[in-house]
Amino acid sequence: MMTLKVNGQDHQVDADPDTPLLYVLREDLKLNAAKFGCGLGQCGACTVIVDGKAVLSCVTPVMLLEGRKVTTLEGLGSVEAPAPIQRAFIEEQAAQCGYCIAGMMMRAQALLARNSKPTEAEIRSELQLNLCRCGTHMRILRAVHRASKLMQTADASPAPRSTP
Amino acid sequence: MNGPVDLNRRSLLAGGGALIVSFSLGDAFAQDQSPPPSAPKPPGSLAQTPYLDAWIRIDADGSITAFTGKAELGQGFRTAFQQIAAEELDVPFKAINVVTSDTRRTANEGYTAGSNSMKDSGTAIQNAAAQVRELLIAEAARRFDLSAETLKTANAAVIAPDGRKLGYGELVAGDMLHVQAQPKSKLKDPAGYSIVGQPVPRVDIPAKVTGGAAFIQDMRLPGMVHARVVRPPSYGAELLSFDSAAVEKLPGVIKVVRDGNFLAVVTAKEYQAVKAMRALASAATWKETAHLPKQDDIASVVLKLPSQDTTIYTQSDPSASGTRTFEATYTRPYQAHGSIGPSCAIAHQVNDALTVWTHTQGVYPDRAGIAEMLRVPPASVRLIHVEGSGCYGHNGADDAAADAALIARAMPGVPVRVQWMREQEHAWEPFGPAMVTKLKATLDANGAIADWNFDVWSNTHSMRPGGAGSMLAAQLLAQPFTLPEPKPLPLPDGGGDRNAIPLYKFPNAKVVHHFIPAMPLRISAMRALGAYHNVFSIESFMDELALAAGADPVEFRLKHLDDARGRDVIEKAAREFGWQKGQKAPPDRGYGFAFARYKNHAAYCAIATEIEVNRQSGRPLLVRAVAAVDSGQVVNPDGLINQIEGAILQSMSWTLYESVTFDDVRITSIDWQTYPILRFDAVPEKIDVHIINRPGQPFLGSGETGQGPAAASIANAITNATGKRLRDLPLTRKKIKGAIEA
Repeated sequence: MMTLKVNGQDHQVDADPDTPLLYVLREDLKLNAAKFGCGLGQCGACTVIVDGKAVLSCVTPVMLLEGRKVTTLEGLGSVEAPAPIQRAFIEEQAAQCGYCIAGMMMRAQALLARNSKPTEAEIRSELQLNLCRCGTHMRILRAVHRASKLMQTADASPAPRSTP
Repeated sequence: MNGPVDLNRRSLLAGGGALIVSFSLGDAFAQDQSPPPSAPKPPGSLAQTPYLDAWIRIDADGSITAFTGKAELGQGFRTAFQQIAAEELDVPFKAINVVTSDTRRTANEGYTAGSNSMKDSGTAIQNAAAQVRELLIAEAARRFDLSAETLKTANAAVIAPDGRKLGYGELVAGDMLHVQAQPKSKLKDPAGYSIVGQPVPRVDIPAKVTGGAAFIQDMRLPGMVHARVVRPPSYGAELLSFDSAAVEKLPGVIKVVRDGNFLAVVTAKEYQAVKAMRALASAATWKETAHLPKQDDIASVVLKLPSQDTTIYTQSDPSASGTRTFEATYTRPYQAHGSIGPSCAIAHQVNDALTVWTHTQGVYPDRAGIAEMLRVPPASVRLIHVEGSGCYGHNGADDAAADAALIARAMPGVPVRVQWMREQEHAWEPFGPAMVTKLKATLDANGAIADWNFDVWSNTHSMRPGGAGSMLAAQLLAQPFTLPEPKPLPLPDGGGDRNAIPLYKFPNAKVVHHFIPAMPLRISAMRALGAYHNVFSIESFMDELALAAGADPVEFRLKHLDDARGRDVIEKAAREFGWQKGQKAPPDRGYGFAFARYKNHAAYCAIATEIEVNRQSGRPLLVRAVAAVDSGQVVNPDGLINQIEGAILQSMSWTLYESVTFDDVRITSIDWQTYPILRFDAVPEKIDVHIINRPGQPFLGSGETGQGPAAASIANAITNATGKRLRDLPLTRKKIKGAIEA
């Protein structure tokens, strides 16, 4: 039994110490966002934030996370109260199948937390590890730029796209 | 009223139901409920599933549901269908709930493939919704005692001139919507559209960006256990021995399932299944018998396989003859769908009933395969589609569903979740087949093409289930099902010969399809099928001929094309790109152009690209792409743009980087290191997609239309940048460097 701090809450977790964080998040904590993509640290679909840094949860044993702060996409906001990065991805319609998107968003969030106005080159370099197969890259890049702006302006105006 | 639609019950009722209908409907659609077989059929998938309530249901409380037998794969058509239904019914967008493919609830629309969803299902929903609206108006006219012509619909109600109003929920009664569709519908005038044609935000995205349960991988059923399969190390390998005793002692292990060469382990928790799978794999010994062809020499391997040859197109005009003849051979390797999320399925056997949740593209044919494998009646098996990671064709989805079904049978009463590992998806998915094309053409004295010859060698492009033998699990059983005999897919859609017939007009032309039955590697449908390579070949060769004729590539295409809509997209893409006759790209850069009408009867797409080539390393970089697309009546322009953007980037990845690798026995491209794809450092600066909307014209679909033109446009830009022509896909950095140095 170990204590795992995820999205600001302590959880008592009963998992083998070598279990990758991803499986604990998905199965024990029933969090959906982090995805199994490769289990090899090659695609980034499992990306979460640990103590402010983007981490590949599929290759990080849970035993290393005692006392660390884990944040998943669920911890940023919700459909009702989306975080800037979530608003930005909705407003840019930055998904096709969407399987890779949570990982993209977490890596971008970690970047924006330490560099609120990243350049195009910095965003690309940061996201280099994350794979998207649908070819949504242009929208993902636009969404990260938009998130950067939203975070700076704390803009609360509604999304430009409206539903008839 | 209108309980869950049970299509089997409905079809049994077909005769008697018509009586109820004619009784309840007044004169709206009562005249002829059993049209003779020769009668014109209603459009889209209504032709196969004509009952309106298979597509649109309205409950007494006013809730409205649209049904589709197609599967949302990330194309966004759930949103588009919701727009179509809302528009034709005259209800707010949010009033509609869309239910997607489920063998108990939706029509059998076969596979979600071929860019056909808008054409088949979108058209069915559009016409069904329009006819439902007419029925509601007729019913309101009866109750108001007014003529139908005086009534209007708005906001889910029928309104009389005097202001009286009846909600759709109040109007619908009994089996009122259980009537067969008429051949023609009173569709809305596109000029009055307020929902169709709008960039309505996709309904699935909010959950996907907030951690909602959006994918089959996110489903958790009460009491669910986890399974992993142990796949053979190579095609056809036989399991000689394995030690299950040690594995059964591992923590959490509930069961080891073996049937012939099918091997799986079931555990309480998911990571226990991964560990037990590894233990089981290392405790198993296999006899490997596969003899794979030489990967480096795939073109000659393909050409040496026996083929069945069919001339699929000829055109002859002896008065036209040429002077200069050109020939070229183009090749494509085996390529992988490469879904980011490995395939996953959940199966639950309760007494004689089996339910499988799957991201298959075809719940009905997949059900037929699973039922055959388990030797049970199809009616005892229900398949429910749940979204998975994008599939781009026939990936491991159907196989994972069969795996889950087989394991669930050994675990009665317990829901079993199976997820493949990365290396299993990469090694065992059915690949897009290798292809070879040989082109030969003659230019006349005026620089026009006088004679055109096109030969394509290819496997089939669909080994999808229908029968159990298409599924890995069924092939691995002690009493195995054998792979069905491959068949060429019929034209006009075609398979290996999809888009092999040129849309251009040549006085003399001959196109031959060399269908190859033998399949050295496991293959099936991959986005655009043969059209990817055929369009790459045709459009590369058109550029070669334009160059030889001293003509501008865009002008050269227009010179050979009569199709007005085709000409429009070519001109639009060229104009928006800033294409100039006699243009010269900056040093180490090149411009390319390509065009196709997908399947020669679906969407039109032209793509202009700018490429930069690093002359030292050979590395190509797509700088920008400008596309023009005509997909008929646009339903959701942002959705269409998203599809084309995605097609350009995915096709670029196929075209520049991708080939399945293998040695004499095993597939060796088993992860993202050994099968590299596009990453962010190679993403272009800009992609612009321009839509030519055709109000009121049929939906033409969009999912696959960009794959071929993107490939050829990039290849042509590389030639423009380097002066060298590359004809063997993928156009890697190494090949470009070699060509520059040659």
